[in-house]
Amino acid sequence: MDVLKKVPVREQDPKVRATNFEEVCYGYNLEEAQAEASRCIQCKNPKCVGGCPVNIDIPGFIKEITNGDIEKAFKVIGQYSALPAVCGRVCPQESQCEERCIRGIKGDPVSIGKLERFTADWAREHNIKPEMPKEKNGRKVAVIGAGPAGLTCAGDLAKLGYDVTIFEALHEPGGVLVYGIPEFRLPKETVVKAEIENVKALGVKIETNVVIGKSTTIDELMEEEGFEAVFIGSGAGLPKFMGIPGENANGVFSANEYLTRNNLMKAFDKSYDTPIIAGKKVAVVGGGNVAMDAARTALRLGAEVYIVYRRGEAELPARVEEVHHAKEEGIIFKLLTNPKEILVNEDGWVCGMRCVEMELGEPDESGRRRPVEKKDSEFVLELDTVIMSLGTSPNPLISSTTEGLEVNRHKCIVADEETGMSSREGVFAGGDAVTGAATVILAMGAGKKAAAGIDRYLKSK
Amino acid sequence: MAENYKYTITKKEALANSIYLMDVLAPRVAKNCYPGQFVIVKIDEKGERIPLTICDYDREAGTVTIVFQAIGPSTQLMSQYEEGEAFRDFTGPLGHKSELIDMPREELSKKQILFVAGGVGSAPVYPQVKWMKENGYDVDCIIGARNKDLIILEDRMRKWAKNLYITTDDGSYGFKGNVNECIKDLVNNQGKKYDLVVAIGPMIMMKFVCILTKELGIKTIVSMNPVMVDGTGMCGACRLSIGNEVKFACVDGPEFDGHLVNFDEALQRLQMYKSPGGKKILREKEGATHHHPGCECHEE
Ligand SMILES: Cc1cc2nc3c(=O)[nH]c(=O)nc-3n(C[C@H](O)[C@H](O)[C@H](O)COP(=O)(O)OP(=O)(O)OC[C@H]3O[C@@H](n4cnc5c(N)ncnc54)[C@H](O)[C@@H]3O)c2cc1C
Ligand SMILES: Cc1cc2nc3c(=O)[nH]c(=O)nc-3n(C[C@H](O)[C@H](O)[C@H](O)COP(=O)(O)OP(=O)(O)OC[C@H]3O[C@@H](n4cnc5c(N)ncnc54)[C@H](O)[C@@H]3O)c2cc1C
Ligand code: SF4
Ligand code: SF4
Ligand code: FES
Repeated sequence: MDVLKKVPVREQDPKVRATNFEEVCYGYNLEEAQAEASRCIQCKNPKCVGGCPVNIDIPGFIKEITNGDIEKAFKVIGQYSALPAVCGRVCPQESQCEERCIRGIKGDPVSIGKLERFTADWAREHNIKPEMPKEKNGRKVAVIGAGPAGLTCAGDLAKLGYDVTIFEALHEPGGVLVYGIPEFRLPKETVVKAEIENVKALGVKIETNVVIGKSTTIDELMEEEGFEAVFIGSGAGLPKFMGIPGENANGVFSANEYLTRNNLMKAFDKSYDTPIIAGKKVAVVGGGNVAMDAARTALRLGAEVYIVYRRGEAELPARVEEVHHAKEEGIIFKLLTNPKEILVNEDGWVCGMRCVEMELGEPDESGRRRPVEKKDSEFVLELDTVIMSLGTSPNPLISSTTEGLEVNRHKCIVADEETGMSSREGVFAGGDAVTGAATVILAMGAGKKAAAGIDRYLKSK
Repeated sequence: MAENYKYTITKKEALANSIYLMDVLAPRVAKNCYPGQFVIVKIDEKGERIPLTICDYDREAGTVTIVFQAIGPSTQLMSQYEEGEAFRDFTGPLGHKSELIDMPREELSKKQILFVAGGVGSAPVYPQVKWMKENGYDVDCIIGARNKDLIILEDRMRKWAKNLYITTDDGSYGFKGNVNECIKDLVNNQGKKYDLVVAIGPMIMMKFVCILTKELGIKTIVSMNPVMVDGTGMCGACRLSIGNEVKFACVDGPEFDGHLVNFDEALQRLQMYKSPGGKKILREKEGATHHHPGCECHEE
């Protein structure tokens, strides 16, 4: 074994997986995990931990894997994270924990994410449950939204003895984990549901089909239902469109709609009732993780798929692993290309997209080189479906129905970074609702800090 | 039916051939809902999320009344559910309440309002007419359908509307003609004056009512029912062009100023998921709500 290299992880063959929704990556088995774990040199001052937003004791759990005590490894992770099987799969490890790993200076960093995933999967398969909370204190806290931020906050508060209820607008808990990220990256039944069950096992109640701001309000929860504090983890689910001509034609979808139909409503499974228009030639506009997920979903539904992105390969905001997987599966990248107009046939359906080529000019305020149009470079891409994946922003439903809740100009809730406290007494917030669309682990980190903030607030009240 | 389903049907009534009324136990919705809003029902594990307008509510009993027409696979399945059985999911209230409810009382008392209900549109119109009367305002109401058998909620509506006009396309009951001919008759021949029309029914009917009321110079509110998925602003499936803006019917509506709605685009978008099966059923059932000439159901 070459200690400079990661133990490779087994994956489904690209040609086969392009036609199914089963998980792409198989993960490590015990033997592989132990071999990979032995690459960790157990740094005295582990840099990796500082790269993890929830500061998991990385050498601590890796040591237990080396020792072969996976249950103990799981308990170590469990002190920091309620969703390890999720994070091990979808965290951008290459820019967090693994980026700082000392092994990475000369060779590959330790495969921390894959080891975390292995530990959580093993624990699930061996029916190991997280530790139960100590005594209940009977004080009620409401959590809005059952995404990673809300689940983490609820789990931590339950461990501290609080009586926690999560209110979720949709019919399933999980947030983006169930409606956004596809099955082939994050299996819903085995992984997501199991981790949510673990949160429930801590005593957290989840009430689905409750839209805060409509079914009830934060004020009612606090004044009539006896909740002493509220955590808002409502995410950033509002889709953006480009505002170009033809965008309301039949066959133009937001990535959220396309992914929700397929993931939450399970349109890919014919025994479910919700339809999806798969498309034969599909363009996904955008270059983030969401765009990759939409593209790879359309591909699996049988389409020929283009990614249309106005900057270059180096600027693609998606995780490198996802871009690599997308290419392997046959997604065609039209980089430095920007849509100008969606062309519509006489029946009102998309028939093409007029695009222009771009080149990179001077850096803009984000530090990335600004794309500018190339002269006389317009061309038409023939298509029957367009999926807009241009980012999302927080839904104003809650902020517009909660007096005294301050939001910034992006409609993000203003909250203290350390405690999660908002401008309203007793109301805390975190995750995408505060930061705008970010990552699972950052949302979890915010949920964690807010749980501690709520605990301090309620103890001092 | 799974045991843990909690949205129990406490009452079921067939209002017409293939149109049903149900009271469903949903205390959180019943507590905070108002006329103009809607719910989303998911029948079971594998069901679609079906948007339906709130037709009535009983805050004490914790029930919400829905009225639906069994036109496609989902609503047909729904029609097979009986009292005592339950749905898996029932979310709401969604969308904004009718703008009448928040209108200053003084302004409201000066308004002469005509409600126009087409087919199943009687269901969303009903709670508004009832609310107006309960709050002391008299309003007129037209119920229109293809024929007598498809007129629903007549008795209930008669209780609350000052004047109720029934019109059928074939003249089998009440006035003979579509709702537009009835509006014209009231305004041109019977000397009625209205400064607000609230028209709810099939999209094609609302389109034609708006063309007429624009000519007559009467402001018109319509309730849009585009394809929806989540109903909370997350997917954009329900987007409409209202004036120069794109709006999401579920969170910005469902009621809009009818004279600003781009109906042709909305009608086109409604076609997107129309299954050939659904279209056929709709035609066979003689398009209970689609009684307007020009509706695509009667063509082909
Ligand atoms: C397609 C896609 C792919 C992604 N891929 C990755 C990835 O690979 N790695 C990564 O780290 N991140 C990824 N992300 C981002 C990541 O999923 C989010 O940053 C994260 O889920 C945010 O968590 P959250 O808890 O703040 O919000 P969400 O996950 O959005 O959860 C919010 C929850 O609140 C509910 N809610 C909203 N409003 C209300 C209300 N009024 N009342 C009640 N409930 C409400 C929503 O229904 C939802 O369930 C991806 C996102 C998408 C969309
Ligand atoms: C805000 C809102 C409120 C609504 N309120 C009511 C209500 O109170 N009562 C009621 O009966 N229906 C109402 N609808 C329409 C109802 O949701 C659809 O009839 C239902 O989803 C059809 O489902 P299906 O599977 O039975 O039929 P599908 O197989 O989906 O469709 C069968 C046929 O129904 C038609 N159809 C599909 N969707 C719609 C739609 N959104 N509007 C009109 N026609 C459609 C198509 O012509 C199709 O061929 C409302 C819709 C919205 C968006
Ligand atoms: S949670 Fe994410 S960042 Fe933290 S150790 Fe695990 S994979 Fe790395
Ligand atoms: S930095 Fe790398 S080698 Fe060091 S403890 Fe962390 S994972 Fe192990
Ligand atoms: S139904 Fe999804 S945004 Fe309106």
